[in-house]
Amino acid sequence: MTVAAPFSSASARPAEAVSGAAVPVATPAPAVMLDRLCLRLGGRTVLSDVSLRFDRDEFVGVLGPNGAGKTTLFRAILGLVKPAAGGIEVFGRPARRGQPSIGYMPQLRVLPAANLSGRATVASGLDGARWGVRWRDRGARAEVDRVLELVGAEALADRRLHEMSGGERQRLLLAQALLGQPSLLLLDEPLISLDPSRQDGVVALVRRLQRDLRLCVLFSAHELNPLLGAMDRVLYLGGGHAALGTVAEVVTGPSLSRLYGSPIDVVRLGERIFVMSGSREVGIDPHGPCAPGPGMPGSGSPDPRPAATGAAAARPR
Amino acid sequence: MLAMFGYGFMVNALLAGGVVAATSALVGFMLVLRGQSFAGHALSHVGFTGATGAVLLGLPPLGGLVGASLLAGLLMGLLGERTARRDVAIGLVLATALGLGLLFLHFFTAYASQATALLFGNIFGIDRQTFWMLLLVCLCSAGGLALIGRPLLFASLHPELAEARGVSPRLFGTLFLLVVGLATAGCAQVVGVLLVFSLMVGPAAAALRVCATPRRALCVAVLFGVAQAWGGIVLAWFTDWPASFWITSLSAATFLLSCLPWRRWRASRPADLLPAR
Repeated sequence: MTVAAPFSSASARPAEAVSGAAVPVATPAPAVMLDRLCLRLGGRTVLSDVSLRFDRDEFVGVLGPNGAGKTTLFRAILGLVKPAAGGIEVFGRPARRGQPSIGYMPQLRVLPAANLSGRATVASGLDGARWGVRWRDRGARAEVDRVLELVGAEALADRRLHEMSGGERQRLLLAQALLGQPSLLLLDEPLISLDPSRQDGVVALVRRLQRDLRLCVLFSAHELNPLLGAMDRVLYLGGGHAALGTVAEVVTGPSLSRLYGSPIDVVRLGERIFVMSGSREVGIDPHGPCAPGPGMPGSGSPDPRPAATGAAAARPR
Repeated sequence: MLAMFGYGFMVNALLAGGVVAATSALVGFMLVLRGQSFAGHALSHVGFTGATGAVLLGLPPLGGLVGASLLAGLLMGLLGERTARRDVAIGLVLATALGLGLLFLHFFTAYASQATALLFGNIFGIDRQTFWMLLLVCLCSAGGLALIGRPLLFASLHPELAEARGVSPRLFGTLFLLVVGLATAGCAQVVGVLLVFSLMVGPAAAALRVCATPRRALCVAVLFGVAQAWGGIVLAWFTDWPASFWITSLSAATFLLSCLPWRRWRASRPADLLPAR
């Protein structure tokens, strides 16, 4: 399944995009294909010249420090952020707003109408794009029941949001992302503000859904370890660049050092992996949003290196 | 008791009160759900300026009320979701509008009672023709709300998700504020611009405390609203106190009652995310 996707520090090898585009017509289009994609947000380049593809039926962890462009990449796939250059294809078609094949779970925020029941909250997304009001509709009810059952949230249907824990609300949002049977799920930081045992539960649940429904799941996170057992591949973002591959390929000192342009150590402790920049762990990020570590370009630097120089060209600081 | 139905002004008041209360409750439900109650309050104050301005120009006040509320709703919507919820900006607009309305009244000194009627409502002064106008305004408002119902609810509960599905939160936020503008104008005729809150927000807020689904909450909000309006009018008939006083008191009382723990306290189940394996 993921054999055809070797480690590709895409920006370092722009040629790969060409070969990626020349896939024989017989194979179905990949879930997502980025072709020399550049994304800018408020004058800052978030991704520059990134080419890669996500297959149908795989679980990809999307990692990187705050500001590395995880959310922006998702929004671009949803058609909400226009690429500054390059293109995005979703199941063979250019990305556009209102794509029914994508299920999306935004980062958890305060929900405005905490008095409403879980079912009402999920149901509002069912046909929210249509005008008018919904009258009693068995099909709609069945669809809401289906997604609630998929995430094991039947018991939450008649409870109000303000009576639920953060994890329970998150499960509802996950259920909502599954409405309309999407083939691609974009989950933006589902683990944020959950304690470790709950994190494992969410990851296991998403993995099970991904396998049962044969979805392509992009799952963004701050930390690598909760995703380790579940991921098929990992996408690291940083400094405008991207590295995609299996954990063994991407999460190594040399490859991450190349991505970030500064020395990175990868320490393996039993089944856990720690990505260290100097003495700090990357991604945990205790020093505010844009502090990935000393000497690391990326979030702080407004102007990443031109892609053509290759990721290996470390910038002395 | 039945004698009150023999009076034309009483019948008009009950008709107008019922129609306006029902519409306000429907619109108010969304207002409360979206956390925009204060914006609705501000719209009514802008309506006051419109009404006094219309009177100054020799036009019917209801026209000015509707026009100004619509315009303000449109502007607020175009300024964006965030602005429409920012209390400082809204408060400033509110105060400026009231001040401007006062200036218009100052220039037009003939009717001192006009100001009181606009500020605190004059439901017994509604004639049949005004009632038909109110009915039209309310039908437009409720019809508009029905038209944008689904996408508005979606965009209110899940803005990011709605945007991704091609539903523009800004478009529907703006359309909604137009609907609110219409409803406020109608409401101001009954309870006055200062007390619009009680018919618009009170019933809906109470209903949302008692009901957990939009459909039920909407029905209960309409029930509360109409009961408050009619109750207030009837009480005013018997006591000769202002109807607006009774309506606002009933509104507050309903909300306080709704805060009692009506729903049986359900023991919160353990917040397990997954069954243990």
